Amino acid sequence: MFEHYLNIFINTVFIENIALSLFLGMCTFLAISKKIDAAFGLGIAVVVVCAITVPLNNLIYNYVLREGALTWAGLPNTNLEFVELISYIGVIAAAVQILEMFLDKYIPALYNALGVFLPLITVNCAILGASLFMVEKDLMFTESIAYGLGAGVGWAMAIVILAGIREKLKYSDIPEGLKGLGMTFIIVGLMSFGFMSFGGISL
Amino acid sequence: MSLKQYKEVLVNPLIKENPITLQILGICSALAVTSNLNVTLIMCIALTSVVSLSNLFISIIRNYIPSSVRIIVQMTIIATLVILVDELLKAYDYETSKKLSVFVGLIITNCIVMGRAEAFAMKEKPFVSFLDGLGNGIGYSLILIGVAFIRELFGAGTLFGIPIFGDWYPTNNLLLLPPSSFIIIGLFIWLIRGYNNDQIEEDEFDLSKHSVAPNLNKRELNV
Repeated sequence: MFEHYLNIFINTVFIENIALSLFLGMCTFLAISKKIDAAFGLGIAVVVVCAITVPLNNLIYNYVLREGALTWAGLPNTNLEFVELISYIGVIAAAVQILEMFLDKYIPALYNALGVFLPLITVNCAILGASLFMVEKDLMFTESIAYGLGAGVGWAMAIVILAGIREKLKYSDIPEGLKGLGMTFIIVGLMSFGFMSFGGISL
Repeated sequence: MSLKQYKEVLVNPLIKENPITLQILGICSALAVTSNLNVTLIMCIALTSVVSLSNLFISIIRNYIPSSVRIIVQMTIIATLVILVDELLKAYDYETSKKLSVFVGLIITNCIVMGRAEAFAMKEKPFVSFLDGLGNGIGYSLILIGVAFIRELFGAGTLFGIPIFGDWYPTNNLLLLPPSSFIIIGLFIWLIRGYNNDQIEEDEFDLSKHSVAPNLNKRELNV
């Protein structure tokens, strides 16, 4: 049983890495990967938010939105799937806000470390993407916990690796027009090719 | 606002201030949906209509939105528009909507839409905001269509699914894989910055040139 969840976790971290094979959360991925410290802070924030919102959205999907989900309320024929997107983004925005208040009150050290990244996460497509893929894969509640955690960890790992490479890149002689953004794109492309080699592994 | 300013708002985001290559906005979808021109075109139309209409509506109500809840208000408008596009696509082109899978939904968090709403539509009048949205949408589409053109033509040897090169062309699977679009966009950025030299990013610090102290003899230099 435990093995099944571990499989989902490893599959999400390596084989279907949310940044490098599904290309989600790319804007922040490219913009905030200049320094390892900042990348690490953002990575942790994404892990936390992803691990909370994906299971939460799973509950909402299974007990409110999907066809026949409202049977417990005596409405077996309603299908609310068309408000899927708006409710997920609402849940994510609310979760981020609550998390922010919670951290501010009880774990101020982490709150200060995350700083401005926390509110930014609401519009990070990795989070919404993880929820949408969770629905597409039709995961159970417990599976979705493993999936959410894996998605966050995979993204965090990828951004820390990229930041590491970019810090080393300062010492290289790059053609004028490719400096900065252009080179980063090409590196991410190569990293992504590298991650495709995990694709052959079947769990 | 004069006609010239309107034109600037519309034309600037096409190449000079392109959302993808300069503003680093909306990259996620640029990569996953560019292996086939048909799908790319539909995605571009979807995004352009969402970003121009959301700019228009947000600009219309900009004076009534309290700034503390503006993100939620913007999100609601954007999400509503995206849901409309998603439902339309499901109704009229189900095949493509299956291929785009979650990427239509992800227009909500596409930073072009949020970014333009926040940076432009909250300050400017409705019509000019609409033009700004249209310009940014088309700028995004130009890059996407360019990438998809290269990937489909040289990857599969077809355009819009119609064979161009004939049987002698062996398909190039490397270009059909999604990571190749990163490299193509990287090269596009190089091309654009070749023309607009002011966009070239400065080094954070300069490396000093190789130097040799003047009065060392050959033995001390180990040569």
